[in-house]
Amino acid sequence: MSASTVFSSAATSRPFIFSLPLSPNCPEKSAAKKPATRADQILASANAAPRLARVVPASRLDIRPSPEMVSSGIPQLDSLTGGLARGCLTEICGSASSGRTSILLRVLAQATQRGEVCALIDASDAFHPASAAAAGVEMSRLLWVRCEEKYQSRKHLSAARLGRSAGDSYQGMPSGISQRAKKGFGFSRWKSQLEQVLKVSDLLLQSNGFGMIALDLSDVPVESARRIPLASWFRFRRAVEYTPTALLVMEQQPIAGSCSSLVLKVSAVRAEPTNPTAHSKLLDQFEISAQVLCSRLEKQSERKPMQTTTSFKSWAAWGV
Amino acid sequence: MFACIFIPDFPAQAIIRFESALRACPVAVLSGRPPLQKVMSINERARQMGVDTGATKSQLEAWENLVLRARSESQEASAHAALLDCAQSFSPEIEDTAHGTALLNLDGLAPLLGPLPKIARDIAQRVLQMGLEANIAVASNPDAALLAARGFSGVTLISDGHEAERLGDLPVDVLLESFSSDAVQAARWVETFDRWGIRKLRALAALPEVPLIERLGQQGLRLQKLARGTASRSLRLLGPPQIFTESVELEYPIVLLEPLAFLLNRMLEQVCTRLHARALALQEPRLDLELAATQPDDCESCSATRDSEFNRLPRTFTRTLRLPIPMLDAKIFLKLLQLDLQAHPPGAPIVKITLTAEPARPRSLQSGLFQPVFPEPEKLELTLARIAGIVGEDRVGSVELLDTHREDAFAMRHFAPLESASASVNKVMQPEKQKKNVSMPTSMSERETTCQVDVHNKFERHAREQMSAVIALRLFRPPLIANVALREAKPVRMRCLQREDIAGEIVWTAGPWRSSGDWAEQEGWSREEWDIAVPAESSLVLYRLVQDKFSGHWFLEGMYD
Repeated sequence: MSASTVFSSAATSRPFIFSLPLSPNCPEKSAAKKPATRADQILASANAAPRLARVVPASRLDIRPSPEMVSSGIPQLDSLTGGLARGCLTEICGSASSGRTSILLRVLAQATQRGEVCALIDASDAFHPASAAAAGVEMSRLLWVRCEEKYQSRKHLSAARLGRSAGDSYQGMPSGISQRAKKGFGFSRWKSQLEQVLKVSDLLLQSNGFGMIALDLSDVPVESARRIPLASWFRFRRAVEYTPTALLVMEQQPIAGSCSSLVLKVSAVRAEPTNPTAHSKLLDQFEISAQVLCSRLEKQSERKPMQTTTSFKSWAAWGV
Repeated sequence: MFACIFIPDFPAQAIIRFESALRACPVAVLSGRPPLQKVMSINERARQMGVDTGATKSQLEAWENLVLRARSESQEASAHAALLDCAQSFSPEIEDTAHGTALLNLDGLAPLLGPLPKIARDIAQRVLQMGLEANIAVASNPDAALLAARGFSGVTLISDGHEAERLGDLPVDVLLESFSSDAVQAARWVETFDRWGIRKLRALAALPEVPLIERLGQQGLRLQKLARGTASRSLRLLGPPQIFTESVELEYPIVLLEPLAFLLNRMLEQVCTRLHARALALQEPRLDLELAATQPDDCESCSATRDSEFNRLPRTFTRTLRLPIPMLDAKIFLKLLQLDLQAHPPGAPIVKITLTAEPARPRSLQSGLFQPVFPEPEKLELTLARIAGIVGEDRVGSVELLDTHREDAFAMRHFAPLESASASVNKVMQPEKQKKNVSMPTSMSERETTCQVDVHNKFERHAREQMSAVIALRLFRPPLIANVALREAKPVRMRCLQREDIAGEIVWTAGPWRSSGDWAEQEGWSREEWDIAVPAESSLVLYRLVQDKFSGHWFLEGMYD
């Protein structure tokens, strides 16, 4: 690294050392021709000394502990990802009939059987209790929040009269949905439900004590789901960080950006429709393939896994 | 030893207890029908100003700063109940002597609560926390303690054997007010003692017994024993109350939530303090709001019709909070009541508020190192109430599957995971016990919705053995109406009317599975289910198609995912 020494009249005999030459017209060659001063000797000895260790950037000073991993209940998935991380946001995305809900119910079953209290925020009110019971979910430990399109939440009645019934939107927390998002493909239909999802998520994350909180946005169109501002996902991630709560989001495509620690894509593997025996296998041994799209879970002691996809079978509840 | 708690000017103090801002003001309590109202109780500041009991309302106009209040028996009852709760917190043996007066048995409490002077000071402090200023007296017998509490202000301690000496300076009026139930007889005795020149208890105690009995009878002897402080008796013990009630009547109807919340906060604090004094908790607070009478708008209509309609208007509005566990946090109760009233407003101005609390044993939970993470019950209740305000009361909670074959039969229950927390601890620490075997559907043509326990047992074991997922169904609520084309009684093409993206050729079909039920009920059902696959973009989507056999209509019930 070249250096030039400048003597300032304000600070006599105190050299200022810059990384670049002061003047493009003052190359080192001309400086070398000058007689070696005391400052030059010091610099020469400093440059000859072993290079000091690089200064660690402030963003890396904080050594974060590895998150605790919990089993998802599916061994193939656990071997692929190491399980689900507590204190992190995990996204599971896939198209219709790809197996997302089957994975969700299995994960909830595993969590409730561990004795943890879980919450499911159902944006489209699609939860099927019988399927959950078949998957092994302990219903007494699962809080089900059913969002609805037409429900108008109560108004904050600090100044309202007790004689009237409740009014419009709830003013306890900002929804985060921008006004411009009213336009767009089908968004107006989902706006109310997404607002409810965000508000309820905020409340549950602040209350603490849940082992798992799952947001089921599987039926929300991609264009509508992407209207959720990134700030909301950052807020959720910060709220769940350093807590034992695992935040799980089910959707059609990844929408949380860099806020998610793990993004899984699931798809269904089925026999060819022309196979005559496939009709009997329509739902029996429904095979699900899972692929890791992105993982930000840093494990210092482990090597990066070579495997990025896995598959496993799901069973029909009546086929046993 | 016995202690007596006496509240001087009890009606005035009962009102000041609820309106603490009046503590620094002169207050006079009026009773009687207007315009013949008279002062029946005053506080010390009003007494210093020269106000006296018995003054009429017109006479009180001379004092500008005097605060007038109507007598409130409900507040007096609440204050007296609070006094008894305070006494109960010190001794299990208490006597409800009179309004604003309670006697306690302090025997055996010294090792627990400290020396008697400390106990007396603690009692005074606890009563002050309840919003009342009391005179406390401790003596060797209940009647001496009662006399001392009525006669001396502050905390008085009379050691054993010195009762006559300490009580001697009290006027005879105090004795007769304390122990004479007949006011006319008491007035006669006062006059008699005054004629005799006996104005202090010391003089009464010094009278010879036989001449006193000859003139006043046994009652006179009894009065002399009381004056000497030698009367002894047992306490008439009081049992614990079953219900704790706080009530307030409003001078002006309340129409806004904010002032109502202010009053509720005061009442809840009082109730929680009283419950805490008895080591109890609250699980079902009930709020009764007496509403102002409202009349129909058209007052010119038939009077008979108007009166009948007026009588049918609801006068009391009741809301009850049913909590999963007993709690004792006034702030949480207040917030829950506020959220509940926002969702269910009373619909009319409020003129009286009554808060009733049935006591419950406080919950006791053994903490452990290996227990899974669990939300705080108090915080969880608040969160659930807030969520109910966002999505609706019946749309948040836990699910209970109903024991019926009808599809999607379930009930929403209040989310209360605490009851199963202890079960989960046992499950973690002990090996799993074998659950009972349940019979399964015998044929694939018969698909039933069974009780949660049955399904859970069988398939949990299977899923665990296979360690994989069970295929899930996502329902469309309500089911989507579909137009279905049939070929040889099998669906071959489908189009959903409400979702344009769900349409196409049906490439796979499985079924039908027929089921029906509730034939004897009015809500009988009969359906035929098909599992179908429809191409969508680059994959196949699996649906459950259902035909209602009664109407013949086709519905898309759900999607397998």
